[in-house]
Amino acid sequence: MDWMKIGTAILLIMMLVYLIPRAKIMMQQTRKAEPGEWMGVVLPLAAVAGFVALLVMII
Amino acid sequence: MNQYDNVMPHQAVKSAVSVNKVIKNTYLLLSATLIFSAVMAAVSMVLKVPPLMHLLSLGGAIVLMWFVLPKTADSATGLWVVFGITGLMGFGLGPILSMYASLPKGPEIIATAFGGTGVIFLGLSGYALTTRKDFSFMGGFLMAGLILAIVASLANIFLAMPALSLAVSAVVMLVMSGFILYDTSRMIHDPSANYIMMTVSLYLSIYNLFLSLLQILGILGGDE
Repeated sequence: MDWMKIGTAILLIMMLVYLIPRAKIMMQQTRKAEPGEWMGVVLPLAAVAGFVALLVMII
Repeated sequence: MNQYDNVMPHQAVKSAVSVNKVIKNTYLLLSATLIFSAVMAAVSMVLKVPPLMHLLSLGGAIVLMWFVLPKTADSATGLWVVFGITGLMGFGLGPILSMYASLPKGPEIIATAFGGTGVIFLGLSGYALTTRKDFSFMGGFLMAGLILAIVASLANIFLAMPALSLAVSAVVMLVMSGFILYDTSRMIHDPSANYIMMTVSLYLSIYNLFLSLLQILGILGGDE
């Protein structure tokens, strides 16, 4: 295993150690979505996915 | 009653001015940091720095982000820290861009990823700013998605599966798109939003969006 892989693994583990406690707090404190609110997210994200598919076809 | 009639609109105007100030300052600083980051990436490419520099720059930027930025975000020093973070991240991008540039369709892939990232960012920001929807309910979901992507990336260092790498890039791209909506809506709805922190947050979303798009285009589009 080369140094790049070891370094990347260390960096990712550091990120997990830092983020997991914050993620737990965020998940507990985030408000629940009201009916229909997720649709406002799904539509733009679907548009992003479609746009990326278009870019892949162009390249 | 008259007193409230006078005070309430005044507070509303003050709040709107404050929101507009955060949005304006965030986009100004974001533009400056993106330009600075691009210059640093170009310098890094010209100097032909080794790939290990990507990790070292990223490590330095993370140290600044986690330990220095939270203490300086409310002062003018925070601006220097933001340029330090984005400069290091830009410099670390050089070896990756050099690697892609050496592929047969490399320059085309880089240009498409660059333009695509710009279009996605402007589209999502425009959507969040014009609809003024509150996306604060997404916070926990986005953090869970981010952690899932990091765990999958960690596993893929040992598994080395191209399909998993592609799946991780797709998840990161959607999570970062979600973070752009989330952060843009925070600038509008969160009165405690700090423009320095918002700039770093949006910069990270754009940076990761660009890298994942580069990887997706590199895997799916550059094999002819």
